[in-house]
Amino acid sequence: MARVINSRKACTVNPLKMSQPIGGALAFMGVSGCMPVLHGSQGCTSFGLVLFVRHFREAIPLQTTAMNEVATILGGLENIEQAILNIVKRANPQLIGICSTGVTETKGDDVEGYLQLVRKRHPELDDLGIVYVSTPDFKDAFQDGFARTVTKLIQTFVPEDIPSRRAPQRVNVLAGCHLTPGDIDELRDVIEGFGLEPTFLPDLSGSLDGHIPEDFTPTTLGGVTKQDIAAMGGAAWTIAIGEQMRGAAKTLEARAGVPFELFDRLTGLQPNDDFVGFLARINGRPVPLKFRRQRGQLVDAMLDGHFHFGGKRIAIGAEPDLLFGISQWLTEMGAEVAAAVTTTASPLLEKVMTEEVVVGDLEDLETRAAGCDLIITHSHGRQASERLGVQLYRMGLPMFDRLGAAHETSIGYRGTRDLIFKIGNLFIAQTHEPTPDTWRGESAAPGTPLASDPDIPPAH
Amino acid sequence: MSTLSEKVQDVFNEPGCDKNTGKSEKERKKGCTKQLAPGAAAGGCAFDGAKIALQPITDVAHLVHGPIACEGNSWDNRGAKTSGSSLYRTGFTTDISENDVVFGGEKRLFRSIKEIIDKYDPPAVFVYQTCVPAMTGDDIEAVCKAAAAKFNKPVIPVISPGFVGPKNLGNKLAGEAILDHVIGTQEPEFTTPYDINIIGEYNLAGELWQVKPLLDELGIRILACISGDAKYHEVASSHRARAAMMVCSKAMINVARKMEERYEIPFFEGSFYGIGDMSDSLREIARLLIERGAAPELMERTEAVIGREEARAWARIAPYRKRLIGKRVLLITGGVKSWSVVAALQEAGLEIAGTSVKKSTKEDKEKIKELMGQDAHMIDDMTPREMYKMLKEARADIMLSGGRSQFIALKAKMPWLDINQERHHAYAGYEGMVELVHEIDKALHNPVWEQVRRAAPWEEKSWEERAAEAIATEAAALAADPVAAEASRRDKQVCACNLISVGAIEDAIRDGADNVAAVGKATAAGAGCGGCQERIAAIIEAASATRAVAAPQAA
Repeated sequence: MARVINSRKACTVNPLKMSQPIGGALAFMGVSGCMPVLHGSQGCTSFGLVLFVRHFREAIPLQTTAMNEVATILGGLENIEQAILNIVKRANPQLIGICSTGVTETKGDDVEGYLQLVRKRHPELDDLGIVYVSTPDFKDAFQDGFARTVTKLIQTFVPEDIPSRRAPQRVNVLAGCHLTPGDIDELRDVIEGFGLEPTFLPDLSGSLDGHIPEDFTPTTLGGVTKQDIAAMGGAAWTIAIGEQMRGAAKTLEARAGVPFELFDRLTGLQPNDDFVGFLARINGRPVPLKFRRQRGQLVDAMLDGHFHFGGKRIAIGAEPDLLFGISQWLTEMGAEVAAAVTTTASPLLEKVMTEEVVVGDLEDLETRAAGCDLIITHSHGRQASERLGVQLYRMGLPMFDRLGAAHETSIGYRGTRDLIFKIGNLFIAQTHEPTPDTWRGESAAPGTPLASDPDIPPAH
Repeated sequence: MSTLSEKVQDVFNEPGCDKNTGKSEKERKKGCTKQLAPGAAAGGCAFDGAKIALQPITDVAHLVHGPIACEGNSWDNRGAKTSGSSLYRTGFTTDISENDVVFGGEKRLFRSIKEIIDKYDPPAVFVYQTCVPAMTGDDIEAVCKAAAAKFNKPVIPVISPGFVGPKNLGNKLAGEAILDHVIGTQEPEFTTPYDINIIGEYNLAGELWQVKPLLDELGIRILACISGDAKYHEVASSHRARAAMMVCSKAMINVARKMEERYEIPFFEGSFYGIGDMSDSLREIARLLIERGAAPELMERTEAVIGREEARAWARIAPYRKRLIGKRVLLITGGVKSWSVVAALQEAGLEIAGTSVKKSTKEDKEKIKELMGQDAHMIDDMTPREMYKMLKEARADIMLSGGRSQFIALKAKMPWLDINQERHHAYAGYEGMVELVHEIDKALHNPVWEQVRRAAPWEEKSWEERAAEAIATEAAALAADPVAAEASRRDKQVCACNLISVGAIEDAIRDGADNVAAVGKATAAGAGCGGCQERIAAIIEAASATRAVAAPQAA
């Protein structure tokens, strides 16, 4: 059980957090034929765009209503209308997803009202999906914007109707923003391995997995379609991955009566046993051989790896769902979460196996990470890592200084196995060769105590 | 806000800019900012521009007063390098919350400045205004003034909220901030007749350091680079320089001109890109310094260095000739920065298949217009198939462009080299040109191209073959159907800012618009960035020629 504390500084130093609207935009990027739009000044979009381009190394669809000073004061109806018309003309999307920003929320634009007017004025756009999500920059964080957008997509496209029959093989998967396209591919593999047919919302594996498209479109290059979302009400189950997806799962349950099961993490042995057990239960089949073998491999990797994880002190900076998943798994491997910093509130935070979780920034992480064996956070942790001389393992978004961010996979039996190898190898590489003076007098370092034993003081 | 709008008017009235002085009073008021089209705009905001311009000052704290988006989504993402402090890479933001929006964020801002000074003790704190506090009315200037007095340390307000305009306006507003609050506030330890300022160079990828060794050798001291690898003290005492070079681009022209007005520091506009331009810049620096009292022998030494370095650069480029001869380069830049590399590329044996570069020959310009219209803007709208068609018809082997077109080029499986701000390689000075040729050689001869262009085993045809077929089918269809061909011709977009097609412009001309301004009035074409005005003029010319033979326009 962790104590959750809020950083009391006035000035955020080296932000860990990113803003809600671009979280929302990322969720829209998992919908096919979509053009996400930020309703704000053009910088709001260009910062997000650069961030995603550098992370995914892909062309990113993201537009702006290009609010200037005057439009901001007078209200953005005209800019929203112009943006929609221009985007339709240039990109011909299936869906335009609009997120508000700090500027337009400060003014208080009634975007839902604007959209009703735009609909009235332009009956030719009746087939175009337009979804608006309120995501002020000055409230909450990336993960919250993502979650709100998923909920809004369900509210917009899933009819309020409890079907009399459900397709038993169909399952919805609500995939939180801590899942990479690689994670989603892994999940699909597992679920399909049981003969089930998953619909992912959002599906970043269809749009941001780095495929070479036959023809370039300015909208998203793949992902879940509007029609797929509309049909989610007829599925037998909803699987929600990450606490952030609880609201969306509940919404879907309320609208179409789809029961849901929430998995707050899928990294580690126990959660995957639960997950695979659940899949076996809902389709009434035994667990396929493939996954039995994968489980065996994971168990073996845990046995081989625990020597190197045991007693290691790790500092983690991540959004709540990622922080929780990685912390629990590391603790289960025998490591100690010595510092945990996150971006926004979540009921998971007090369940993290560490003393305290700070809602703060990378400066907070850096002060707590001194003397740790590893820092885990996104690429912005590189400066702290250099200054402290503590190695950095990159997880989360943005990851702009490494290749393959989209394909990093850390869930499932297989993903957990590989994560043990990647992080375990970092620990192996840190091993110090002993010298004749290692154990002499003052310079002698005490043996590394077990994290779980409260009587032994930490080594540092 | 009145002072901000006065500032904006002031920077729009730029006598140092030929383009600006050529405009009417009324036009000048509108400024050089692009009218942004909602849903069709790209690029950063004025805050982004201000931050780009000043963040390379390495030893100060750059504090962004606004919600998390402004700093959290973008910090530490630029390639300006430092030889000393790396405090400029630390992200400071007030990360304002709902409470601050409702009750005002001035207290949080003041406390933030205090925390920064307590913890980091920088020589100065730069405070960046953003949209939200600009709307709620936080008085940044008053807070900075109070903090400066209380902590006895310069606290510089940079008033450039995102919604006042695009990046280049932000560059200028940043310039105003240092003119008003920094330059001239300190004195250098000593001065020499060989002190210069370099204005508008950000030391991206360390490019300043490709040039600095030559200046060092000549005994020329960079008193201040504004702002690449600069220290606060250098910028603050830069008013004692004898001469200045404004690095090619109008981004900080207001700084160069006002320093000339206030401190009588003459400046010239030059570039470090390209062998010829580099030599010209060195000569100009020497000339200005000599004019201001440096010993005339400086010119002889400068010429000697130029002669030696040019010979060395050409000799180092020569070995690439036999590998590169006959390879064709498509050179595309947004046109903001003149990219004077054509000569070096040609010296390396490369042919320019097309270019959108300002300083290229007229012939090249005509070629590029035929091939692909006015600017790189248009590439964004092309399908890879069209891109492939263009590259194929241009018979180009490699494309050099800015980052925005990279994925289209790569997805079309074309070698590509980044020549814009985000690049990781330094291409300045003589060293830089050799590096550029080396990079082109590396990109072109990578065996990966042959691999990735192979068809998958389950495909009978490669992607390129299918594209070629589709192009041929389309061309045949257009040839067989003159109406469709005409429609396609008329549909071609001219003005990328306001989405105006050839047809709309021709219709306006037919209805009596006989000059660029009239066409702009009738259709809004050319009223954005103005980059397409030359093309509009060409369409007017073509139309009047057609009218002379009385051929009616197709409807």
